[in-house]
Amino acid sequence: MELDLPLIWGLLIATAVMLYVLLDGMDLGIGILTGFAKTDDERNLMTATIEPVWDGNETWLILGGGGLFAAFPLAYAILMPAFYLPVLLMLAALIFRGVAFEFRHKAVRRPTKLFWNGAFFYGSLAAALSQGLILGGFIQGVTVEGRSFAGGPLDWLTPFSLLVAVSVAIGYVLLGACWLVLKTEGEVQRRARNRGMMALIGVAVCFAAVSLATLSIDPRVTERWGFSMAELEFGKILPLSPIPLIGLVLTALVWRDLTGKVSAPDWRPYVLSAGIFLSGYLGLAVSLFPNIVPFEVDIWQAAARDNALMLMFVGAAIMLPVILIYTGYVYSLFWGKVDPDEAYHD
Amino acid sequence: MELDALILSRLQFAFVIAFHIIFPAFTIGLAAFLAVCEGLWLWTKRDVFKRLYLHWIKIFALAFAMGVVSGVVMSYQFGTNWSVFADKTGSVIGPLLGYEVLTAFFLEATFLGVMLFGWKRVGNKLHFIATCAVAIGTTISAFWILSANSWMQTPAGFAIDAETGNFYATNFWDVIFNPSFPARYVHMMLAAFITTAAVILAAGAWQVVRRHEEEPTRWQMRMAVGTLAVLMPLQIWAGHWSGEIAHEYQPAKVAAIEGWWETSEVQPTILFGFPDEENERNIAEIAIPGTSPYLFPHAEGPLEGLDAFAEEDRPPVAIVFWSFRIMVGAGMAMLGLGIWGCFLWWRKRIDKPGLFHLLAIPGGALGFIAVITGWVVAEVGRQPFTVYGQLRTEDSLAPVSTGQVATSLIIFMVVYAIIFTAGSIYMARIATRGFQDDAPEPPEREHRAPGSPLGAVEEPAETGPRGRKPAE
Repeated sequence: MELDLPLIWGLLIATAVMLYVLLDGMDLGIGILTGFAKTDDERNLMTATIEPVWDGNETWLILGGGGLFAAFPLAYAILMPAFYLPVLLMLAALIFRGVAFEFRHKAVRRPTKLFWNGAFFYGSLAAALSQGLILGGFIQGVTVEGRSFAGGPLDWLTPFSLLVAVSVAIGYVLLGACWLVLKTEGEVQRRARNRGMMALIGVAVCFAAVSLATLSIDPRVTERWGFSMAELEFGKILPLSPIPLIGLVLTALVWRDLTGKVSAPDWRPYVLSAGIFLSGYLGLAVSLFPNIVPFEVDIWQAAARDNALMLMFVGAAIMLPVILIYTGYVYSLFWGKVDPDEAYHD
Repeated sequence: MELDALILSRLQFAFVIAFHIIFPAFTIGLAAFLAVCEGLWLWTKRDVFKRLYLHWIKIFALAFAMGVVSGVVMSYQFGTNWSVFADKTGSVIGPLLGYEVLTAFFLEATFLGVMLFGWKRVGNKLHFIATCAVAIGTTISAFWILSANSWMQTPAGFAIDAETGNFYATNFWDVIFNPSFPARYVHMMLAAFITTAAVILAAGAWQVVRRHEEEPTRWQMRMAVGTLAVLMPLQIWAGHWSGEIAHEYQPAKVAAIEGWWETSEVQPTILFGFPDEENERNIAEIAIPGTSPYLFPHAEGPLEGLDAFAEEDRPPVAIVFWSFRIMVGAGMAMLGLGIWGCFLWWRKRIDKPGLFHLLAIPGGALGFIAVITGWVVAEVGRQPFTVYGQLRTEDSLAPVSTGQVATSLIIFMVVYAIIFTAGSIYMARIATRGFQDDAPEPPEREHRAPGSPLGAVEEPAETGPRGRKPAE
């Protein structure tokens, strides 16, 4: 049997991006939440929940970017120039966010400490927003001529991409708040629940708005979901309807868990929220598949040569399970509540 | 020269990669040093190695974070500014970068968390394994990135698709182990160890001059001068090996390095001069004639000067010529520091402040200077090509506007200036404070997150076995 390597690599990169969103998205969400911390102690406790793991989490973004280059060079070559400015903003924001993890503990004087706390908050916020802008620009499609991007430098900036940017940031806050519910206790956890509930309302509104807007972005998407101009095609709608419905049900379950009125294990809000993201992600995949540069280039047109994909497939087949095992091991190593007495408090 | 998107993109690439290479060059060496210290501590049980480890890991954490964030930039630069290059070469060097992420980046990043925060939770042996995993990860990472870069210098094992003009591999083994790769990998790894040794020596010398050296200072000084004295001669050999391969595959680069304008059977070694590209000669040249039979004994036929290449195929001569001499000068200075230091060690004067220590303090920058100028030689010497002889730099550019690149270049300069300044200050503060802060008593509490090695060793088993709290 011939392996459909472009399809496999499309799935692998989609998985890497999804893992990035769930793991570093939560880090960025916590970064945004530190802006609302009441005390330095609370802020330090928040960052302590992710300090041992953020670096590994961010590596999924490098796998996403590097993997796109390696497996779909044409898509990489079109998309990166198309999103030049938001990619630049994301990189600059991630630089500040990343070094602030260390620098905020090394600063001695008050103004520099405030500067790095600010760098952590604004860096996380700007990274989340720029990722949303890139996603929005991606969904709405880019202009291509020949093998190059042929649009303008600000094509990505539309009301739709701004809506997606806000949605992504709020979604990350939800993940971050749920992670804090898992990793903290007492007053900090209580506040995380409240903020998580606020974020959840935002997620419900925004994800619904993005979903509806996506349906109208291109007739091909509308048609794929069965909402063609003339009539509703229930034959198409029904098999796909579980995706948004599961998202809705999970939203209700996360709400119930976050209220704290039912006894739920502390890991459940995070896992269920990840489920909300997954349903949104699947919805996008259904809308856009098999495009890798919507709506111009598909995964087979953009793919690298088969021998390159095969070589990497062998590497990924061996290394990805190993990576997942040791990543899981490190997460389990740091499992449990963060002890406030032991957290950074300068 | 007009400031268009091409020249600005080249400036930006040079800037972000020169900034980035500082940190890997340092962390590759430092990770190995930390692994050696922790290994020696576990083996000899001598407290001094633990103190060395706990001291340098703080600097390592800062340098590693700066290396990671500046490295993420690199993985997007190919696409944002050099998308045509990315499209054309993706099927050849893409898998190499993919393997770098899969075999190195995750290993480093994940076990760094255990290294920095996990001592209390894993125990000494597993912690040592984590340190080794990080050190091995940095080595593997250098393997793949040097392989990809070397393929751009000496492309092999490829063919070009007639329809799209894209490169594809005919033999990945030949791609990975392309002609210049082994020499350049060895050259870079040695450079990383030497750079780190120079920094460790400088920090030790500072403590000696300030007369607050302690036992760990004395150990780190000896380890550093010994490393320099042993590795610098090896490095000169590796550099020469690399030069011979460059002469075989990239003669224009070597002609620019040497400042040879005319092809000749026997070439001189030019020690000093100002290459004048307009008139194709060197101004104020000081040269030793007739050295080439000794330096390039394997070369066959006449040695090409720049006149053997069309003007549009020559690299910028002056930059390559001078960068090479600065690199060699920095290397010789570090060799001198290593030998001098070993001599003082033998005469038992290495712990007494003197001229050596005063010179060794600024000497901490020599490795970085050599690494950056060395990469300038390699990369500028490859011009005007991105893939040597195959793909010209001007044909590699992304369809981006001058305004966009100008914006991004300014932003990168500002951002890097801020984090470089802050990072250098914080690292220098830790290094110059020396071992005062983690003196045996009283143990100043390092406010690390739970399970931190810095808290862990002072208060063993404070929170029960390995400090692990039960899960919910």
